[in-house]
Amino acid sequence: MRILGKATEIDFMGKRKIAMAFSTLLIVIAFASLIVRGLNFGIDFTGGTIIEVAYPDTADLAELRQVLADAGHPDAQVQHFGTSRDVLIRIAPQEGRNRAELSDEVLSALQAADPAVEKRRVEFVGPQVGEELTEQGGLAMLYALIGILIYVTLRFEYRFSLGAVAALVHDVIITLGVFSLAQVEFDLTVLAALLAVIGYSLNDTIVVFDRIRENFRRMRKGTPVSIMNASINQTLSRTLMTSLTTLLVLLALFFLGGEIIHAFALALIVGVFIGTYSSIFVAGSTALALGISKADLMPVQKEGAEEVDDRP
Amino acid sequence: MNQYPAWKYILIVVVMIFGFLYALPNLYEADPAVQVSAMRGELSDTVKGQIEARLSEKKIPVKSIEFDKRRLLVRFGNTEEQLAAADQIKDVLGPDYAVALNLAPSTPAWLQAINAQPMYLGLDLRGGVHFLMEVDMDAALQKALERYSSDLRTLLRKDKIRYLSIRPQAEVLQVKFRSAEDREKGRELIHGEFSDLELKDVNDGKAFALEIRVSESEVREIRKLALQQNITTLRNRVNELGVAEPVIQQQGDRRVVVQLPGVQDTVAAKRIIGATATLEYRAVDTEHDVEDAINGKVPAGSKLYKDRDGRYHLLKNRIIVTGDQIINARSGFDSQGGQPQVTVTLDGKGARKMLEFTKANVGKPMAVVFIENKSTTRMVDGNPEVVNRKVEEIISIATIRDVFSKRFQTTGLDSPQEAHELALLLRSGALAAPIRIIEERTIGPSLGADNIKQGFTSVVIGFVLVLVFMAVYYKVFGLVADLALAMNLVLIIAILSMLQATLTMPGIAGIVLTVGMAVDANVLIFERIREELRNGNTPQASIHAGYAKAFSTIADANVTTLIAAIVLFSFGSGPVKGFAVTLSIGILTSMFTAIMGTRAVINLAYGGRRLQRLPI
Repeated sequence: MRILGKATEIDFMGKRKIAMAFSTLLIVIAFASLIVRGLNFGIDFTGGTIIEVAYPDTADLAELRQVLADAGHPDAQVQHFGTSRDVLIRIAPQEGRNRAELSDEVLSALQAADPAVEKRRVEFVGPQVGEELTEQGGLAMLYALIGILIYVTLRFEYRFSLGAVAALVHDVIITLGVFSLAQVEFDLTVLAALLAVIGYSLNDTIVVFDRIRENFRRMRKGTPVSIMNASINQTLSRTLMTSLTTLLVLLALFFLGGEIIHAFALALIVGVFIGTYSSIFVAGSTALALGISKADLMPVQKEGAEEVDDRP
Repeated sequence: MNQYPAWKYILIVVVMIFGFLYALPNLYEADPAVQVSAMRGELSDTVKGQIEARLSEKKIPVKSIEFDKRRLLVRFGNTEEQLAAADQIKDVLGPDYAVALNLAPSTPAWLQAINAQPMYLGLDLRGGVHFLMEVDMDAALQKALERYSSDLRTLLRKDKIRYLSIRPQAEVLQVKFRSAEDREKGRELIHGEFSDLELKDVNDGKAFALEIRVSESEVREIRKLALQQNITTLRNRVNELGVAEPVIQQQGDRRVVVQLPGVQDTVAAKRIIGATATLEYRAVDTEHDVEDAINGKVPAGSKLYKDRDGRYHLLKNRIIVTGDQIINARSGFDSQGGQPQVTVTLDGKGARKMLEFTKANVGKPMAVVFIENKSTTRMVDGNPEVVNRKVEEIISIATIRDVFSKRFQTTGLDSPQEAHELALLLRSGALAAPIRIIEERTIGPSLGADNIKQGFTSVVIGFVLVLVFMAVYYKVFGLVADLALAMNLVLIIAILSMLQATLTMPGIAGIVLTVGMAVDANVLIFERIREELRNGNTPQASIHAGYAKAFSTIADANVTTLIAAIVLFSFGSGPVKGFAVTLSIGILTSMFTAIMGTRAVINLAYGGRRLQRLPI
């Protein structure tokens, strides 16, 4: 079975201007949304309290809001979580209250109103923890990018390196943009997913680059554009195939993994689409725009030893 | 062509056997069990005998009893027997033992013998509470300064050097003298006794002051000790709660993580762990009038305190002994009058101080002050700000009847219950510095069970989808890849179990993702083989070239991802870290199984034969 017939010959690089325009548009939208709407940060980042409770039957949110208001929490956000029997309550950090005891207060108020309520989950995060987390997460991502930049420069060439990083930044910004537009909650697991998107997109990009390098060395004729096209076409079935299997698993997670893993799976699904697109259009185009040429990739020093590689 | 040397086959077989052995414990379901440990000291055979006798008397069937000096574990067939037994055991042993419900892994002995154990389930999968606590280091330093000032007072007085005042300020201690001469003598004396203090002359108007600063290294030491002592104290308090396998760990240089699996009563847990309390023994100021003090004339060197009934007392500022010097405290009854009492044992330093104090103060009253730190958040300009409030309360005042040092009794308590509570507070030790909960996560048991179920289903479904897809798409080669994928999963679980990693929901997601991505290496290889075949190469040459050419691509792609994972591991925390671990392990195992593993199978199936075509 094949997804694609025989060898494809699609002129990807010929459409790179359109792709660039498309990517720029997406990034502008993402930025605009991030500035205007911002991210819907979960309590991992903002601090506060969330309480998830379950009722044996459908829960009446208006009634619950009243119960909470009577207990001194008029600003509590109350929403269904997954099913109509599960309810999620969020309470922002409050003045003059012992934060660690807040959840117990709320729970006992709910219990007083309806003894059938079942505690599913209670999370409280202090504001300083979230601040540190944002800083740490940002730093981790920055260092990861620097590490990748160095490795790809050493193994390939600096223009490729910049291309790979450009593709990663592209993917991260657009995925963040989707989260901002849809206002899906951005919590710790989503951060982990974003990091996984980096890993995935990078994997894809390097596979394409590897083929480009190989073809630059092997093909005597051909412009950089035609060589890139050939390389992308040769790796196309692999790119699609891997994306497909990963998506299969992610869809299973999205639909069956439960409410807590929802945002995580969503981030990855978006990331896989964007990552696949960027490894085809963004990474190579960037290297091309920076003026990559055949001479830049001819084997220097020991790197030529690769032709006869008998390992496994 | 396409044949492996024997050692490669042997290596693969050996790795797979290890993988299966170490992944195996995860298949055994855990037994409901009751775990018993002593609050202090070791368990004796008598305890075991008592438990056995009671359980057989109540006809509760026991699956097995494991016993060593540290803990005793009784396994049961189901949770009802477990719950019934826990009540009986608690009843027969009394309050000096922690009796906790537990899920004990039922790994067979032969697997335990090679140290094979199941993965530890995270709180989000088994239910329980997670606290992250922060130690107030400024308070620890302040307390150290107070301790120094009382030591300096004693020292100067002993050598008869006259001073005006000793006052701890923000970060320094200020000692004022009458003359430059006194200051000179004082400095020499202090310098000789306390080498960790930095001394500086300051002229403050008429007075001759000496500014004393605690050295950098000493400050670090104070912080380190404060954290360590708080961890020990928390451990003792958690013991009182009777939780099986609690986690109490340092995180960073000022935080402590406390995880209590299976705990649902967070109110009780917080009351005991989060009781950010300290204790102090202080002398009662009998020379001055309390009424005057209430009206605003508080004498120097004393302070007003309330007791539990709201009555005021004047106490001296000088602390005799602090809670961290108490080694043990037990409640009991006075041998003569049968009154409830608490017997306290002090450490060496505390004993010396107590001896010194009681020698001079027989017949005078002494107070125990309970200090609790409560923290609240209030909004300042739209930003949350933490406010700490200190509540100080006298919990007992007793008259010193005799000179004592290391061991002494506190009587005059209202009820055995009060004696018990006082002993518990004293015994569990005071915190060296206040702590506050800055993060709390509670997962209910039903959510934990749901998480396990959903995580498991999604792994199975995702996995099967990929298997089917690969087999259809690459035929026989796809089946070989499927085999490698299964092996990969086994190896990941085996390595995680060997590392005794904690399995959490994001961890499961990481495994699922690795499974999805693990096929990548095989896809790369198989696509290359197809390409070679398309270019008109023979099947054998295509297999060879396919593996050879794909290798450098796979290596490059995986090394870059590995770099990202390692960076995430070093800078991330919590779920990010866990995710990085699963990702790194997944990359390494998938390289092994997808490159070496599949090649071995394909070599066995097709190697060294003349082939017309390949089923790919």
